[in-house]
Amino acid sequence: MAELALAAPRVRPRPGRDERLMGGALALVALYLIVTLLAPLLLMLAKSVQDRDGAWVGLANFSAYFGNPALSGAIGNSLWVSALSTLIVIALAFGYAYALHRSRIPFRGFFRLVALLPLLAPSLLPAIALVYLFGNQGALKGWLFGESIYGPIGIVIGSVFWTFPHALLILGAALATADARLYEASDSLGASRWRTFTTVTLSGARYGLIGAAFVVFTLIITDFGVPKVIGGPFNMLATDIYKQVVGQQNFQMGAVVSLLLLLPALLAFLVERWAQRRQVAGLSSRAVPYRPKPRRSRDLVALALAVAVAAMILGILGMAAFASLAKLWPYDLGLSLRHYDFSAADGGSWASYGNSLRLALYTALFGSLVVFVGAYLVEKSRVARPLRTAVHLLALIPMAVPGMVLGLAYIFFFNARGNPLNFLYGGMALLVLATIAHFYTVSHLTALTALKQLDPEFEAVSAALKTPFYRTFWRVTMPLCLPAILDIAMYLFINAMTTVSAVVFLYSPDTALASVAVLNMDDAGDTAPAAAMAMLIVVTCAGAKLLHLSLSRWLLHRTQAWRR
Amino acid sequence: MLFARLFGALALAGVAFTAQAKTELLVYTAVEADELAKFKRAIEADHPDLDIKWVRDSTGIITAKLLAEKANPQADVVWGLAVTSLKFLAGQGYFQPYAPKGVEALDPQYVDSATPPQWVGQRAWVAALCFNTVEAEKAQLPKPASWHDLLKPEFKGKVVMPNPSSSGTGFLDVSAWLQMWGDEKAWRYMDGLHENIAQYTHSGSKPCKMAAAGEVPVGISFAYRGAQEKSKGAPIEVIAPSEGVGWDLEAFAIVKGTRKLEAAKQLADWSASRKANALYNEGYAVVAMPGVAKPVPNYPEGIAEKMIQNDFGWVAKHREMILAEWAKRYDGKSEPKQ
Repeated sequence: MAELALAAPRVRPRPGRDERLMGGALALVALYLIVTLLAPLLLMLAKSVQDRDGAWVGLANFSAYFGNPALSGAIGNSLWVSALSTLIVIALAFGYAYALHRSRIPFRGFFRLVALLPLLAPSLLPAIALVYLFGNQGALKGWLFGESIYGPIGIVIGSVFWTFPHALLILGAALATADARLYEASDSLGASRWRTFTTVTLSGARYGLIGAAFVVFTLIITDFGVPKVIGGPFNMLATDIYKQVVGQQNFQMGAVVSLLLLLPALLAFLVERWAQRRQVAGLSSRAVPYRPKPRRSRDLVALALAVAVAAMILGILGMAAFASLAKLWPYDLGLSLRHYDFSAADGGSWASYGNSLRLALYTALFGSLVVFVGAYLVEKSRVARPLRTAVHLLALIPMAVPGMVLGLAYIFFFNARGNPLNFLYGGMALLVLATIAHFYTVSHLTALTALKQLDPEFEAVSAALKTPFYRTFWRVTMPLCLPAILDIAMYLFINAMTTVSAVVFLYSPDTALASVAVLNMDDAGDTAPAAAMAMLIVVTCAGAKLLHLSLSRWLLHRTQAWRR
Repeated sequence: MLFARLFGALALAGVAFTAQAKTELLVYTAVEADELAKFKRAIEADHPDLDIKWVRDSTGIITAKLLAEKANPQADVVWGLAVTSLKFLAGQGYFQPYAPKGVEALDPQYVDSATPPQWVGQRAWVAALCFNTVEAEKAQLPKPASWHDLLKPEFKGKVVMPNPSSSGTGFLDVSAWLQMWGDEKAWRYMDGLHENIAQYTHSGSKPCKMAAAGEVPVGISFAYRGAQEKSKGAPIEVIAPSEGVGWDLEAFAIVKGTRKLEAAKQLADWSASRKANALYNEGYAVVAMPGVAKPVPNYPEGIAEKMIQNDFGWVAKHREMILAEWAKRYDGKSEPKQ
């Protein structure tokens, strides 16, 4: 009998079934990305050349836009304010990263932690805090020498605050490693410190600088939280979309402004990709890691800078916390929790906080699953190469798409009559889909990086052992990548809590969100409750982050012994 | 399996039960958020079968939203929206005429003259200035008694006003000035006022809240908000300018084609009742049913006498024109979302 069985032709090798399954899964991921990303964006492009009734009007919307100086003036405003803020952020973040990685200042862990705090807050928070700090009743009003905080000054300061950690992360990575041999060479050639700094340090970090500059520029030009709260009469592109869509329900004009906003974002994206590729090639395998030696003058300057920046960040957060607790600013500064009772405030409620928590949890859970499976299929499967490339390219799109543009595209696509997915409109599910799509790229790249670290032998061996791929995925790949998956979930959670841009067009009375409530309460003049809600978001994100840290540590201990 | 089926059946029954017991009404409103919870409770207490879902925003936003949805209206009822907006929408055939029970008891000048009426008034909200006495003393500002006092040079950058495109309160000021003084004089006044305005806000409450917080000394707002802020302890005085004050009527209407007509009629009947009018009076001094209103604490004295003769027909007809002219002249200073 046994001989017979052996002689019989093999029915169908395991890999065939695996391949079919993988191919199917990959097609599903591709379909998911097309529905939640590509199709809405394409439809939005179409809307910009239609009138309110959907008839083709060519470039009429564009000429109407450029014909109105009040509107088109926003382009110039957006460009110069974003450029100036970027310049300041990059300078500060470079100095700060230099202090952290290339000097010997004490308390580096603390400074690093403080610098990352703004990540936990919605961009509206610094703007609200600035009203209390530098507004007409501001504690530090005198510092502005009579200039008004409402306008470009406020926008620049607020933007610098919330984009600082983004720049710091990129520049930190660029400065963290350097080849000590270059410094020795420079030293022995008798180069001055300044010359060493410009030719070795700066030039080594140049791609980081370029990448950071473009990332920050995109973040600022597409953000509308800061200009909305503190921009006063100052028009910017991002606030214009909001004004056109929410204020005047003029969706076509919103689409036109969206397209204009897409251009700088797209450019920034391309430059950033290019810089990233260069950066990797910088360090050779023979490099000797550079360790800064103590040097008093440099370390003192570095410490002064770090203290100043950390004080600014803590000051702004502290001001927001105080504003949310003061009874009746500025006349009764007694502390009370009454602003945390949102029932009397316009647009906010504890229900919206609950909704935000739910959104963040669903996004983290469902998002990290979709993203990780997608990245796994792109990286590890050996099927349908064109499809894998397509999924990878689709996954990179969100990086170049501002949140508001995505939100508007979602209105067009999901509220279109005849779309079978119309039932999602106004519901929590749509908010989850939008948030995942909005933050897809970074999650995808994180997952890819983790997967690339795994030896492809795992797949080869399990295929040879005829283990189905999903078992290998479940028993080997997933556990090994758990820290990365947690990182992704955390990233999605925090962004879902703090984001305003995409969801502001998509929420309904049943799915009002905390971050949007901050905006609406501020809009109605309920600034203190707005600050309170923003602080709630910060505290929630900080709590989640702590949980994440301890969970990661425990996991690292339990499952990642192989890394040591 | 059996359990699963049982559960399924139970769940279905539950859904059917709640669906029958409660009718969800989508109600668009511009009533201040701090009053909405109170109204929802009162309505649902009298009509346990209704489930009120508010969509609340400023007058201009709600109007724009209704207009944008004209082909496929989402709202079942529009409730507590400026009558100047309602009249404008009624002209486009937006509403289902209906005479609520007891509508005869309301002051006829607050009810649409058609029979059955397309809209029914609830209460009037009245313009007022919120004047921060503490900040005024610091800046040595005189207390303004009239609209024209605000043109004085010492008020430069010290006045905040709502943008009429988004705020009903802003619009009633502009339409009142135009009715009191005629086109030429009114626009000349606004040109002058524009020089002193620090910011045009999106909401009608915000100027008063900013004045209450001392962010600016003078907020052009409305009496209800002023009275509320003053009651909370803000150092403000609520002033009714001497030339006369603009006002608008909050009113409701049933959206034509709603699938919940019966429920909408229930809400309409309730909203014209004496009980509802007594509730309206808790915040506003002038309500549609005569003889109900009691004085509201911290309202400016004599404000009812200063209310102008308001021609809603004229205002509704010219609404878009007025807003376009205003935007052309002053839009630069608006905060986003006008």
